[in-house]
Amino acid sequence: MAKTLYDKLWENHLVRQEDDGTALIYIDRHLVHEVTSPQAFEGLRMANRKAWRIESVVATADHNTPTDGWEKAEGTACIDDEISRLQVDTLDKNIRANGALAYFPFKDVRQGIVHVVGPEQGATLPGMTVVCGDSHTSTHGAFAALAFGIGTSEVEHVLATQTLVSKKSKSMLIRVEGPLGKGVGAKDIVLAIIGKIGTAGGTGYAIEFAGSAIRGLSMEGRMTICNMAIEAGARAGMVAVDDTTINYVRGRPFAPKGSGSGSDWDKAVAYWRTLHTDEGAQFDKVVELDARAITPQVTWGTSPEMVIGIKDMIPDPAKEQDPVKREGMERALAYMGLNPNTPIAGVPVDKVFIGSCTNSRIEDLRQAAAIVRGRSVAANVKLALVVPGSGLVKRQAEEEGLDKIFKAAGFEWREPGCSMCLGMNADRLSPGERCASTSNRNFEGRQGPMGRTHLVSPIMAAAAAVAGRFVDVREVL
Amino acid sequence: MDKFVVLDGLVAPLDRANVDTDAIIPKQFLKSINRSGFGPFAFDEWRYMDVGQPGQDCTNRPLNPQFSLNQPQFKGASVLLTRQNFGCGSSREHAPWALLDYGFRAIIAESFADIFFNNCFKNGILPIVLPTQVVDKLFSETLATPGYRLIVDLPNQVVRTPGGEAIPFDVDAFRKECLINGWDDIGLTLRHADAIHAYEERRRHEQPWLFAK
Ligand code: SF4
Repeated sequence: MAKTLYDKLWENHLVRQEDDGTALIYIDRHLVHEVTSPQAFEGLRMANRKAWRIESVVATADHNTPTDGWEKAEGTACIDDEISRLQVDTLDKNIRANGALAYFPFKDVRQGIVHVVGPEQGATLPGMTVVCGDSHTSTHGAFAALAFGIGTSEVEHVLATQTLVSKKSKSMLIRVEGPLGKGVGAKDIVLAIIGKIGTAGGTGYAIEFAGSAIRGLSMEGRMTICNMAIEAGARAGMVAVDDTTINYVRGRPFAPKGSGSGSDWDKAVAYWRTLHTDEGAQFDKVVELDARAITPQVTWGTSPEMVIGIKDMIPDPAKEQDPVKREGMERALAYMGLNPNTPIAGVPVDKVFIGSCTNSRIEDLRQAAAIVRGRSVAANVKLALVVPGSGLVKRQAEEEGLDKIFKAAGFEWREPGCSMCLGMNADRLSPGERCASTSNRNFEGRQGPMGRTHLVSPIMAAAAAVAGRFVDVREVL
Repeated sequence: MDKFVVLDGLVAPLDRANVDTDAIIPKQFLKSINRSGFGPFAFDEWRYMDVGQPGQDCTNRPLNPQFSLNQPQFKGASVLLTRQNFGCGSSREHAPWALLDYGFRAIIAESFADIFFNNCFKNGILPIVLPTQVVDKLFSETLATPGYRLIVDLPNQVVRTPGGEAIPFDVDAFRKECLINGWDDIGLTLRHADAIHAYEERRRHEQPWLFAK
């Protein structure tokens, strides 16, 4: 029978299944960070259990780590916030006590946002199940992996049993066909998808992204798309394996080794080539988008589905029939300090954030730097931040001179971490401040209490920094 | 998870209805990195005259003498006797963690909030629902009798009083089995350890690169 990619990944990891569909799924890769793991390690210790296969664990600190001031003290002593420091130190202690395949502690050059680090190290491979106590684990689906976020008790469950109790989701195909316009990229595609299906559109589904527009993306772009599958309500998003996937994985530290037939690498590639949806396989739901119709996107509200094209007008709640939606729109506009029926282009910004597991990879930084080169951050912009996704991304960018371009323009060039994506460290919005952000969540208070977040692509954020307001990046390219 | 079979425990009364999880463990403790160590902060706002902070040493904090659990005769209690809708409010698993760490293994009440009720079983605590008249009677006996103990006999589903009375209670058969055997979710999954090992071996053979170090 013809199978979807999701069917194949699911069946391949099935340890056992009850009659009611409750299944035990084997977990290949367990990514661990400092915020959601401490209670899980403690639970393990209290129950006198050992980790089932600690070599499945790849750990790093990212959420709490400061992005500047690293030099002011040794190790974690430079983390001012005591609770943050304790969480980072606790991760350290837990990994030292339990072990791991790999651990990239605070300040290691390979440290960074866990969803950037996994793929970069080749610790995320096609055909794997990948879990992490973090909802944006969907990112790793870009490698045709079954990847999803879990809670702290599940983190402990995976540590102790290498499995999860789960039920199969429904399947959704989102096909994006056609050439992308100039200045339009992965972030715009995924925002347009969420705008179309809504933040609950993918609830209960595993989404496969396909079509020529997706095939044409780099791995970085595919990760951006899968990263935000969770923002469309789906715990997992995925893209089939092709040459782009295999070329990205080749030679990475934890990728299969060897060459020639019989080597791990060749066996792996042969298997990976089967990781696509078969001709004629059925999905529970299919959504189609025309890539030609997608323009640079900007969110105007407090949910990722509140999104429009840069040339569009801010929507008018009065035109909304559904009273619940209308009220939501009114509340969002009031929070965001915006007026309906006015253009989003031209709205001034106070801060600009280029970073997060959605858009902090080398390609994102290259594209943003290309816009910034030879220009400077507008006078009304109080802070423009670039936070690379990992120490290695940072080093690569510096080798290419991107840091100089950003700094010359007036950007701050920071150390890697989650940073202003969620404001658990010191990087935050102040009340009322408006931010052009390449992150993934524009919820109320996400980047700081009463802060106003507009989600955009890296080049749109760069263009906003230079202009001091939202502009159509296609006009400055 | 520790097994729960028969518990012979000192009873502590908490004569309030609708005790919510915020009262059981206030929100500032959610930032903690631990799941043990919440015991000294259980009922923090009622128990102490000051406001507790995570990680604080509680030995010298001023106690609220009015709070029942602070009375010396209830020190070391492992059975909590309380009223209706115990454990309502937020779903934090920190609430059963705090009660367990305090030393409670059984909670007798007229009724419980749903999520809290579930969370108790996951953490080796037995919540017992008894009718109001019975709970009333237990309250008066507890208050009248210093060192009042109850025997909670899970296999036979009865609570035995010092007077020799046997009070029957209901418990879901599957949950009962889990508690008696000390199976938490992980324990249950580990019953299939052989299947996991077999799967792993097959996979090690078919996709060896996943196991390379
Ligand atoms: S960058 Fe943001 S979304 Fe991604 S893992 Fe960190 S906090 Fe979560």
